[in-house]
Amino acid sequence: MSLDMLYQEIILDHYKHPHHSGLREPYDAQVHHVNPACGDEITLRVHMDGDTVADVSYDAIGCSISQASVSVLGDLVIGKELDEALTVQEEFLTLMHGQGKVQPDEDRLEDAVAFAGVARFPGRVKCALLGWMAWKDATAQAVARTPATATAAMEENS
Amino acid sequence: MSTVSQATYDVVRVRKDFPILSRQLAGGDQLVYLDSANTSQKPQSVIDAVSEHYQVHNANVARAMHQLGTESSQAFEEARDKVAAFIGAPSRDEVVFTKNATEALNLVANVLGLAPGDLGVRAGDEVVITAMEHHSNIVPWQLLCQRTGATLRWFDFDDDGRLDLSQLDELVTERTKVVSLTWISNMLGTVNPVSQIARRAHEVGALVVVDASQAVPQLPVDVATLGADFVAFTGHKMAGPTGIGVLWGRRELLAALPPFLGGGEMIETVALEGSTYAAPPARFEAGTPPIAQAVGLGAAIDYLRDLGMAAVAAHEREITAYALARLGEVSGLRVLGPTEAVDRGGAVSFELAGIHPHDVAQVLDSRGVAVRAGHHCAKPAHARLGVQSSTRASFYLYTLPEEVDALIEGLDHTKRYFGGS
Repeated sequence: MSLDMLYQEIILDHYKHPHHSGLREPYDAQVHHVNPACGDEITLRVHMDGDTVADVSYDAIGCSISQASVSVLGDLVIGKELDEALTVQEEFLTLMHGQGKVQPDEDRLEDAVAFAGVARFPGRVKCALLGWMAWKDATAQAVARTPATATAAMEENS
Repeated sequence: MSTVSQATYDVVRVRKDFPILSRQLAGGDQLVYLDSANTSQKPQSVIDAVSEHYQVHNANVARAMHQLGTESSQAFEEARDKVAAFIGAPSRDEVVFTKNATEALNLVANVLGLAPGDLGVRAGDEVVITAMEHHSNIVPWQLLCQRTGATLRWFDFDDDGRLDLSQLDELVTERTKVVSLTWISNMLGTVNPVSQIARRAHEVGALVVVDASQAVPQLPVDVATLGADFVAFTGHKMAGPTGIGVLWGRRELLAALPPFLGGGEMIETVALEGSTYAAPPARFEAGTPPIAQAVGLGAAIDYLRDLGMAAVAAHEREITAYALARLGEVSGLRVLGPTEAVDRGGAVSFELAGIHPHDVAQVLDSRGVAVRAGHHCAKPAHARLGVQSSTRASFYLYTLPEEVDALIEGLDHTKRYFGGS
């Protein structure tokens, strides 16, 4: 399997120049997730403004795949309505568990389509999901503290 | 040990005994297996011994009163004899079969917590380990300390990966009940001065447990003179099958310790009101043991004895020295652990500036070079050196200098791939 299928140019660009990195105020919830297999770590904060994902900020140590993935996550969810952001997350999960057989929707997943190749490397799927799982966890915690509409969106997508 | 030159140890011929080493990987790449500290490859004789056991002799041991049962029991017990002879155990009854080194270490930690009288670990006692242990020689002792109220302490190590023995007398004291340490670090490659530490431990009446998982595969071992009270190791890192490990323990200690797991074959007699237990080693081998795996381990020991452990150790030293020299030429590369092949085993962990170990291993794999990336189950050792993870190349009795060259070429390629550093 070609290495370039895994390390798409888009992924390497995000890795070298990550978007949204650094921990920022204000935030509603903060989580710390690790990949026990390799020790990769992420601290991630979520700030909600009503039903809108106002900010996602993070501090992460990890490989190119995990770093690029959380950078793309920020691009895709910040500024979106929560239910829409959660739908994108579901689509990304489906893509990553698709073993390379799922055709990603570029209009919705944007740069995340570059991760289609990662799904062919089972050992790296967890790297790509680290930031996304952290975001889902932090969002659930943030929503638990905020109005009922957001909670409903969370439940619909769980 | 005397140095055996390459002239008498023919690596190319040795490699012919390992069918997997001629495997081609995706894209037609020749396998370059540099992950032997993780698990070693197996020679044909070991593969055949396991296969023949199932084809010809298979039956349960110790309890089957038929011919196959007798053959199987004999083969299993012969494997115990081979292990005992291989490590210099004064008695075959000191060799307990487990499923791996982890289980062997957990066994010791558990029964020391359960032992009556002076042997037992109690609140106020101390257990001493080192900061370079594999998780399997940390967590069982943490659990023991949590259960008993004992305190866990540890030796630090310096930037070169050597234990700080200036702490010896203040760490190992009258309060110390157990000192448990690795003989050879799986991450740093450091060979620790087990006998020196054991001497101090015995002065204060502490027991010494040695994790020899990386040592038994690559060094001549004599437990009778090592100074340890217990030695744990695993079959799959010494050319044997997975699923079989060994706990060696001094006979009088094993005899005084209570059982670990309860079940078949570890009893003397059972009544519903209570049971009495078999003598060691059976006391610590509840249930059907890994029979074919023990037979395979016996075949691995035959193989290693035929090669000669002095020759195996000399080869390991030479290939490690060569690898350290070549890795030293790679710009941006930092070896974690001793940088000279003195008191050093054949596992070399390193960082490559600006490139995560996962990515290093992935690029190497795309060229057929198999290494390990991550924390190698030694997170505290990584933390001590201020790194989150590393890439590890490890060598064994079949490793060629050309394979080290392939690693170096792969690392140069990796740096180019990720835009230099």
